[in-house]
Amino acid sequence: MYASIKSFASSFFVTGDPLIYGADVSIGLTTVAILFVLFYFKKWGWLWREWLTTVDHKKIGMMYLIASLLMLFRGGVDALLMRAQLAMPNVHFLQAEHYNEVFTTHGTIMILFMAMPMMFGLFNMVVPLQIGARDVAYPYLNAVSFWLFFFGAMLFNISFVIGGSPDAGWLSYPPLSEMSHSPGVGQNFYIWGIQISGIGSLATGINFIVTILKMRAPGMKLMKMPMFSWSVLSSSIIIIFAFPILTVTLALLFIDRFLGGHLFTMDGGGNPMMYVNLIWMWGHPEVYIVVLPAFGIFSEIVATFSRKRIFGYKSMVFALMSISILSFFTWVHHFFTMGAGADVNVFFAIATMAIGIPTGAKVFNWLFTMFRGRIRLEQPMLWTLAFIPCFVVGGATGVMLAVAPADYQYHNSYFLIAHFHQVLIGGVVFGYLAGIYYWWPKLFGFKLNERLGKWAFWLWNIGFYVCFMPQYALGFMGMTRRVYTYGWDLGWGPLNLVSTIGAFLMGIGFVFQVWQILYSVKYGERDTTGDPWNGRTLEWSIPSPPPMYNFAVVPYAGEQDSFWEEKERRDFAPAPPVPVAQLEAIHMPRNSGVPFIFSACWFVAGFGFVFDWLWMAILGMVGVGVTLLVRSFQYDTDYYVPVEEVIETEIAAGRAI
Amino acid sequence: MQHATSHSHSNGAGAHTHSHDHGHHDQESMKVLGFWIFLVTDCLLFGTLFATYVVLKAHTDGGPTGKELFEIPGFVAETFILLTSSFTSGLAVLAMNRKKVNQLIGWLIVTVLLGAAFVGLEINEFVNMVHEGATISTSAFLTAFFVLVGTHGLHVSVGLIWMIALMVQLKMRGVTPVTQRKITVISLYWHFLDVVWIFLFTIVYLMGVM
Ligand code: HEM
Ligand SMILES: [Cu+2]
Repeated sequence: MYASIKSFASSFFVTGDPLIYGADVSIGLTTVAILFVLFYFKKWGWLWREWLTTVDHKKIGMMYLIASLLMLFRGGVDALLMRAQLAMPNVHFLQAEHYNEVFTTHGTIMILFMAMPMMFGLFNMVVPLQIGARDVAYPYLNAVSFWLFFFGAMLFNISFVIGGSPDAGWLSYPPLSEMSHSPGVGQNFYIWGIQISGIGSLATGINFIVTILKMRAPGMKLMKMPMFSWSVLSSSIIIIFAFPILTVTLALLFIDRFLGGHLFTMDGGGNPMMYVNLIWMWGHPEVYIVVLPAFGIFSEIVATFSRKRIFGYKSMVFALMSISILSFFTWVHHFFTMGAGADVNVFFAIATMAIGIPTGAKVFNWLFTMFRGRIRLEQPMLWTLAFIPCFVVGGATGVMLAVAPADYQYHNSYFLIAHFHQVLIGGVVFGYLAGIYYWWPKLFGFKLNERLGKWAFWLWNIGFYVCFMPQYALGFMGMTRRVYTYGWDLGWGPLNLVSTIGAFLMGIGFVFQVWQILYSVKYGERDTTGDPWNGRTLEWSIPSPPPMYNFAVVPYAGEQDSFWEEKERRDFAPAPPVPVAQLEAIHMPRNSGVPFIFSACWFVAGFGFVFDWLWMAILGMVGVGVTLLVRSFQYDTDYYVPVEEVIETEIAAGRAI
Repeated sequence: MQHATSHSHSNGAGAHTHSHDHGHHDQESMKVLGFWIFLVTDCLLFGTLFATYVVLKAHTDGGPTGKELFEIPGFVAETFILLTSSFTSGLAVLAMNRKKVNQLIGWLIVTVLLGAAFVGLEINEFVNMVHEGATISTSAFLTAFFVLVGTHGLHVSVGLIWMIALMVQLKMRGVTPVTQRKITVISLYWHFLDVVWIFLFTIVYLMGVM
């Protein structure tokens, strides 16, 4: 009995590495601390009512944001571990297997559990406000999406201490990810963590398409809509076309592993290259899913801080839409070396380069918007300016990679690593950070401290170039990706050391940002106007933080940048208060605990599948079915905020007379 | 106008009317639109499975082929039953538009029975194949086959449970804007599964036995 428990525990809990014991201890301590605070301050009711059951898009947005910052930390620690390992030749700080696990979890977490939720956080925090809506199209589904992401991410993350992490790379290519090569549970964690959160992402895509198409304020024609909302629309369109492919691909891989299928195996007639095609049919569009909203953010910021209307609005919209279509015709550039033949490679090389045209058009539009503008260098604008050169270089090296014959040289080298980090950090991360700095005062009611922000900005930027420029050179010197150590004789040592220093500078930049947030919570400049940046779009017309129903009176938005135009007419005077007589009862959705429980059931099912414990998987799936039925039988799902409450709230915000 | 009716369920009084409520969008029709978009994603899901099947169709690895396994009377009967059920679900929607609750529920029952018969036949087909030694792990072709056809069967089974739940709700509440939207949605879903089956019938079964 004792012996069997012991042998179970030794395979269930990951052992043998001081790092992991450290993680065990810190996870345990954090959990105890959180539980203690909740019990001691009797916060359970508050937590449940205000957060776990909320369907308010602004709160859901904040939860996405917090979760994604935590994931940025986790992914960042992984990155620093790898850079520490590679800092010098012949280091044995991480063993080979451990290195494989770290680059796999780093890539997966950064893309799926950091970039995606940070993007969804911004969608949620901004889109309804920007289009003058009181909510998203399906608030309940929105909560489901968040909790699916949350539990999916948790499932993926516990693989670090329970069962063991995946180690077949962030795209889990077979045969490495098949039973024959990865018999442990790591790949199962990968499959189910992503699968569960991916269903949530798909639902968010549907939600925002309908929100943007159907819930715009009266007068806001599509061609009058703010650029960020346009970018969300195009990103959501890519989501609904790309994510079903991911869902199927992961399900098929799971069938191979769980039921002994032969879809992608080396034997039984399976075809591993089929998996590689499928995963990149999702994977390449995925890159555009995360980068297009960043483009939208830059467009808003450039216009606001140059005090000019965005240059070439129509061409911006056209560029977004053509990128979203073209993104589906480039996937083969990830494996030009597959051996598909010159004609196939040429098609995909040309399609890839074609994307450079609309992207370049956007860069010129931003530059022309700034040209002769009255530019203010506040934090959001700083990150936008830093983005432009970074993205131009990243784009240029991308075109180099797209030259099919040359790719035989760069393929899987450090050149590639440098390129995609340049676009992912320079484009996506800088973009979302700019967006967070920009919209933070709207959602939280205070600005983030400028001085600490500047420190973070310079550390990130300098660190970035110090880290990744040497990697282009290392690529040419023959260093390939996913090597865990190298010898003195290769001469890669000095550049790797420089690169590691840069990575740690970025890490310090992140610490400054955390400090900046904590500091600003207490001392940050409060925003009493609702319009701290002298903004152009509707979200700046309401108080910060916005009341639960957003707009007391649904605005009319007949022009592009209608809030700005209105202010111009009023000579920059703040919005006049709303006469109480105009206020009415407001229709709102009710909170619900079902999304949380439903997603927790998915977690249980996923955990069961990971460990091949059928009873647990069935229990979870039954829970999923029952919660769906429970929701189907609920009819009392919304209510009216009474006029008196609306009046009170508006008076408290100084907005009603 | 529609909302006034649907909300009167939730608070009994139905005191508010639509004229009060600017910026309140027609939620029932919006939900139907969302469902259409969901169907687009489901199309892609099946599209990906079909693509996998077509790529792996010839990869039998020395195991049995479709020609040896598929039995014409079986899949022809399945096709016939499913097409009929699509028709009866259409009749259910017609009854709903004329506000005839009992007739509506009646046609839904017929649809559920036909759907259940379809699933039964499919399970029977799978069991027979497994007895002949053609299992999901026999070859890439068979994995792709079971996954593709099984996913469709799973969709049908989910639809059955869903339809039964809706019948209970119809009994409890009658035809309201909300139940009306729910029935519209499931009938869309049901027709969609029918269309998918036509592709299955052609690409998997007909081309398999040819
Ligand atoms: C913040 C600084 C970052 C540093 C220092 C860093 C560093 C690294 C390193 C050292 C590798 C492994 C290279 C190898 O040996 O193959 C790697 C891989 C990767 N990184 Fe990052 N990274 C950072 C941020 C990001 C971000 C923000 C993203 C995505 C949004 C990202 C996505 C990836 C991906 C997808 C891989 C490939 C993993 C694989 O090979 O399976 N990284 N990164
Ligand atoms: Cu690509």
